[in-house]
Amino acid sequence: MATTLNEHIVTSYEDELTNLNTTISEMGGMVEQAITEAARALLRLDHQQAQDVRLFDKKIDEMQQRINDAAVSIIARRQPMAADLRMVVTAIQVANDLERTGDMAKQLAKRALQIETLSLAPKFYNGVKHMKDLVAQQLQTALDAYLTRNSKAAIEVCSRDDEVDAIYNSLFRELLTYMMEDPRNITQCTHLLFCAKSLERVGDHATNIAEAAYYLETGRHLGADEQQRQPR
Amino acid sequence: MTTEAFATGPAAAPTPNAPPKMQGEKVCVFYGDKQALFDVDLKIEPFSVTSLIGPSGCGKSTFLRSLNRMNDTIDGCRVAGRISLDDDDIYDPSIDVVELRARVGMVFQKPNPFPKSIYENVAYGPRIHGIARNKADMDEIVHSSLRRAGLWNEVKDRLTEPGTGLSGGQQQRLCIARAIATRPEVLLMDEPCSALDPIATAVIEELIDELRENFTIVIVTHSMQQAARVSQKTAFFHLGKLIEEGRTEDIFTNPRNKQTQDYITGRIG
Repeated sequence: MATTLNEHIVTSYEDELTNLNTTISEMGGMVEQAITEAARALLRLDHQQAQDVRLFDKKIDEMQQRINDAAVSIIARRQPMAADLRMVVTAIQVANDLERTGDMAKQLAKRALQIETLSLAPKFYNGVKHMKDLVAQQLQTALDAYLTRNSKAAIEVCSRDDEVDAIYNSLFRELLTYMMEDPRNITQCTHLLFCAKSLERVGDHATNIAEAAYYLETGRHLGADEQQRQPR
Repeated sequence: MTTEAFATGPAAAPTPNAPPKMQGEKVCVFYGDKQALFDVDLKIEPFSVTSLIGPSGCGKSTFLRSLNRMNDTIDGCRVAGRISLDDDDIYDPSIDVVELRARVGMVFQKPNPFPKSIYENVAYGPRIHGIARNKADMDEIVHSSLRRAGLWNEVKDRLTEPGTGLSGGQQQRLCIARAIATRPEVLLMDEPCSALDPIATAVIEELIDELRENFTIVIVTHSMQQAARVSQKTAFFHLGKLIEEGRTEDIFTNPRNKQTQDYITGRIG
């Protein structure tokens, strides 16, 4: 069902679905902002910004609550069908993934507060920064795919997740090397390793959102479709 | 999401590859000059519930009524194409319509019990078809039909009272008991719950779920939620054409056709 849909006969129902989409978009924007600011706080060891990100997470949680309430209300009162049903169900899923992504931003911010007293050589940051750029891009593309119902973009996000994993693995090796070079690096590098893990999980949530986008548009599951395309 | 999400319970999915109980092939129905159905091809799977949905005037009731030749009674009504029951053409001149309607029973939108006792309402069909040999036989048929229709406990002490004295939901179950008393193979239901309150509707839906173990059921309903709840297969009609048919869970989560999507989601088609 790739075709655009007509409007509902019941205008208030149409409005509710539009609002749900808008709220997801808004929440997505907040989470993207949280990730960017948390990474900045980490890279610049900005204490204030890290605190701000931690507080901001409450707002993200509230957004998830709003989306869940709206979705439950639509299910109860409208009994959505077909594309509408998929929209409401995936809204709950996407809000959940966004909320978890927000938690990851909070984790990064917490690390930033913990490592601020340590002195870190700039080379340590490069890998984490590169990884942050990639997952932020993944998250943005996944959200766009969801909001514009673009299953092709969704597939791209899923196939690029391997890149994120590859960077994580090379970062892991890199940090391990620093630790072996000088045991005094262990504390810093462990913190950074946790940051990398958080970012890797953001990539996973972006993949989940992309899968939801694919299901929303096609009504089929991406994993099952991929297996059919490339039989093993 | 596309797997057995809707109908649960035993035999939720119709047996694959079983021959259809009834089948319409290129069915066209005309009321005088006006064509009401256009080349409808539809298979009715045995021991499952098939729901026919679509806006008013889409031809779903016309199709249902052609399955036991109820349209014969309408002046100027003509049926073309082939409709078969167990692969026998039901419009063949050799077919006895009365016998056909005993095999393909019907329940209507409004409960329409005869102005007779509860017992006589159920006994009427078996009597005219000569199904019961004696009084004990007839008692047994009435008893088991009322039990199957989930009405026995409510009426067992007042079988001689008029059927019209029952509540709407009870009357509809009495009509279902009456329909199944002739031991039909197929049960046609034309919006059986549209005149009932939600509780009586739930009772009928529960009954439909039980009846499909023994009967093949075709139901016309205006309630999409009802179609989603009770049927394993759904067919969507629009302007006299069969637009889409398929497994109920597929139709309601991921219809292939845009018209189906627009209708079931409440959009302007």
